[in-house]
Amino acid sequence: MSALLEIRSLSKAFGPLKAVSNVSFDVQKGEVLGFLGPNGAGKSTTMKMVTGFVTPTSGDVRVCGHDILQAPVEAKKRIGYLPEGAPAYPDMTPLSFLRFIGEIRGLDGPMLHDRIDEIVKTVHLEGVMHQPIETLSKGYKRRVGLAQAILHDPELLIMDEPTDGLDPNQKHEVRNLIRRMAAKKAIVLSTHILEEVEAVCTRAIIINRGTIVFDGTPTELEERAPESVTKNRLDWVFRTLTSDEADAPQPIAAPAHLQKVAKR
Amino acid sequence: MKNVKSIFKREFLGYFATPVAFVFIVIFLLLSGAFTFQLGDLYERGQADLLPFFGWHPWLYLFLIPAVSMRLWAEERRQGTIELLMTLPVTIPQVVVGKFLAAWAFTGLALLLTFPTWLTVNYLGQPDNGAILAGYAGSFLLAGGFLSIGACISSITKNQVIAFVISVVVCLLFMLFDLPDVADVLSGWVPTVLIDAVANFSFQAHFQAISKGVIDVRDLVFFFSLITLFLFANGLILDAKKAD
Repeated sequence: MSALLEIRSLSKAFGPLKAVSNVSFDVQKGEVLGFLGPNGAGKSTTMKMVTGFVTPTSGDVRVCGHDILQAPVEAKKRIGYLPEGAPAYPDMTPLSFLRFIGEIRGLDGPMLHDRIDEIVKTVHLEGVMHQPIETLSKGYKRRVGLAQAILHDPELLIMDEPTDGLDPNQKHEVRNLIRRMAAKKAIVLSTHILEEVEAVCTRAIIINRGTIVFDGTPTELEERAPESVTKNRLDWVFRTLTSDEADAPQPIAAPAHLQKVAKR
Repeated sequence: MKNVKSIFKREFLGYFATPVAFVFIVIFLLLSGAFTFQLGDLYERGQADLLPFFGWHPWLYLFLIPAVSMRLWAEERRQGTIELLMTLPVTIPQVVVGKFLAAWAFTGLALLLTFPTWLTVNYLGQPDNGAILAGYAGSFLLAGGFLSIGACISSITKNQVIAFVISVVVCLLFMLFDLPDVADVLSGWVPTVLIDAVANFSFQAHFQAISKGVIDVRDLVFFFSLITLFLFANGLILDAKKAD
């Protein structure tokens, strides 16, 4: 079976600045890929290229076999995308907004009506469906964005920081939702919350200065940390992989008395 | 086509979700009334026609149309919704046309609501209603021309004020092309053919011909090709700079 998302030597330069250089990876159905990296590493730019918003300087993106540049409409039909900050039309209500998205996504009549009902229950938008989006809280706005992304039951779901700005309960809900959808889709989500990777992802890619510095399972990622690091092991690996060479944190040898404790 | 319709519907209803529609229509009706009856001397002329009414339209549109078009794309950029729109399975021409038609239909609605003026002249005398209909058609085309320029300029920036100001200036140029002053500036160093060509781009000349009831194919071709040209440019600009 071929991958739902294929990325080959993807690069993007803004003038002399290389935002993304030579990034390649595949995402299969059933995978939840956590896309990690410090701010400005090229996470969002990569996602914008995958969804056809930013045109790559070079390289290819194929979604279910459709090239995003050659057959953009076919590729975009199969993608659900939650852009960073979950933009939505502020004057519209969630209901009119989801109807608009649904129509563009080729749903109509009773089918669209049923689907919106279903999604509203999934992301818990009941009660705010007739309020202008601009009056909603950040958590509700994010849910509207999420609803819009999964409305057409896409094969490939791409989310740029889906839990950013949510409270712990809301984060928990979104993670549960992602787990429930995982089996039937290929999911790519960017985050800088490392626990999120352990919580929902089957695979992690770390990108730094536009290039991939790690690609593997969350467990493999954690195993990169030496045994002397006992707490926040993922943090340690993340910092080691993404810091500049000069000020990379050296593995700090634990004080002697603690080492003894650890060995017991 | 279905996508154009969806975009059109969202955009058109969008005008009514905020006070924009109300303010625009009221100001348009007040100003067109004031210009027609006060400055245009509709009564004092003693003629049952709407020439004073249509005569003011280019000047009204000069400020009001950029106010409608300025938000078309600038707002999408500022809100970040352009990222949403451009990653939906729609093509750029579909979005450009859908948005333009919505804005055009909206101004058309404002224009239709001036019908009491038409009733007034019919009450007072026997106007040539065919000519009046042509006048409305001409005014509608003129609005479309201004709108296409405004839409194109709105796609350059995320700042609505910049979009408004530049649109007014460009529209003003299109209104002034056939003034003798322009010809004076150009004459002597530009061939006459070119001066005529520039003057031919004037909105005024084409609009006045239609508003007098003479619908010439050349005037129609002028407006439709102008609209096509600016919407095409609008699409090219979006394609080249979607993200920034």
